[in-house]
Amino acid sequence: MGRAMLDLLRVFLPLSFLTVGGGQSVVADIHRQSVDVYGWMSNAQFLDLFALSRLAPGPGSLLVTLVGWQVSGLVGALVASFAIFVPSSVLVYGLAHVWTRHAGRPWIRAIEAGLVPVAAGMVLAASCTVLRAAEGGAWAWAVAGASTLALMLTKVNPFLMLALGACVFLIVL
Amino acid sequence: MSTRSAPPLPDASRATLSSSTPTPPHTPPAVPPTARELFKVFALIGLTSFGGGLSGWMMREIVQRRGWLTEADFLSGLALAQAFPGVNVVNLAIWLGFRLKGGQGALAASLGLVLPPMAVVLVLAGVFAQVTHIHAVHVALAGIAAAAVGLSLQTGLRAARRAARGMLPLLFMVATFVAIFALRLPLLWVVGALAPLSIGTAYLQLRGKAAR
Repeated sequence: MGRAMLDLLRVFLPLSFLTVGGGQSVVADIHRQSVDVYGWMSNAQFLDLFALSRLAPGPGSLLVTLVGWQVSGLVGALVASFAIFVPSSVLVYGLAHVWTRHAGRPWIRAIEAGLVPVAAGMVLAASCTVLRAAEGGAWAWAVAGASTLALMLTKVNPFLMLALGACVFLIVL
Repeated sequence: MSTRSAPPLPDASRATLSSSTPTPPHTPPAVPPTARELFKVFALIGLTSFGGGLSGWMMREIVQRRGWLTEADFLSGLALAQAFPGVNVVNLAIWLGFRLKGGQGALAASLGLVLPPMAVVLVLAGVFAQVTHIHAVHVALAGIAAAAVGLSLQTGLRAARRAARGMLPLLFMVATFVAIFALRLPLLWVVGALAPLSIGTAYLQLRGKAAR
C-alpha cells in the first residue's frame, strides 16, 4: 500500500511540472509508466480509463485520478490527483502574487504582451492537433469550424453546439 | 501571510495602455465576486464542460456573461497559464480566482474546477465503466469533442486578433503555430525558444513607446 503510494508520487509529481499546454503532452508518458514501467494495468485497461476521462466533464487530466483509482482505490485517486495538481498550482499561485505586487511595471507588461501571440499560437495549434487526431476526419473539422463561427458571431448557447455536434456524428458516422 | 491582498482590479496604467485599442464590449469591474460565487461558477464550468474547451467556457462565464474581467486581462492570464508548467486550465482558474478574490479566490476557483468533476469521474469509473464500450456513446462523444474544439478555437482566434496588431507579434504567433502543429516540435522547446524572443521584442517596443 505505502509502496504503491510512493510509486504514484514518483510518477506524477514530476509530471506536474512537465505538463505544458492541454495536458495531452503527458498522456503518452502516463501510458508508458502505468503499463510498461509499473505494470499497474493492461493496455486495454488504460485505454478504458482514457476513454472514461474523455467522457466525463472537467479537466482532461482527471485521467490521473483514474490511474490512482485503478492502483489503489480512493486513497490512490487522491494521492495521484494531489501529485499532479498541487505542485504546479502552488507555483502559479506564487506567480500570481508576484504579478499583482509588480502590476504595471514595464517588464510585467512586456511579458503579458509578449506571451499573448505565443499563447494564441499554442491554443490554435492545440485545437488543430486535436482535430487532426479526431475521429470523423473531415466531419470533425466541419463541426469544429461551424461551432467556432456560431460561437464567435452569434450568442448561441455552447450546449446547443455540443448537442448538434453529437447529433451530426451519430447521423454521419 | 499578514498581507491579505485585496482583489486586484485592472490597474490604471494598463487601462491607459490599451485605451487606444477598440473598446472591449464590457468594462469591468462589476461587483467583484465572493469566494463562494467563484466556487459555484467554476464548479459549473467543470461539471458542464464535456469534451474540453474549458478556457472557452471560462472566458464566456467570466468575461462575456459576468463582466468580472476585461477580455485583455483574461487573455494575458490565459497566456501566462499556457506558458507556465501545470495543467493549464487549473493554472487559469488559480490566476483568475486570485485576480478576483486573492488567495481565497484562487483556492475556491481551482477546487471548484477540479473536485466536482473528480467525483463524477470516480462514480463513472465505479458504476458505468461499461458505457465507454457502447458504440453510440463513443460516436456522440467524438461529436461533442469536435464541437467543443470550437470553444477553444474561439478563444485562440480572439487572442490572435489581439496579437495581429503588429508584424512581429503576428510572426511569433504563426511561428508558434507552425512549430507545434506542422513541424510537431515538442511544446516545451517551442515555448522555451519563442516566448523569450517575443517578450524581448515586446519590451523593446514598450520602451520605444515610452521614449517617444
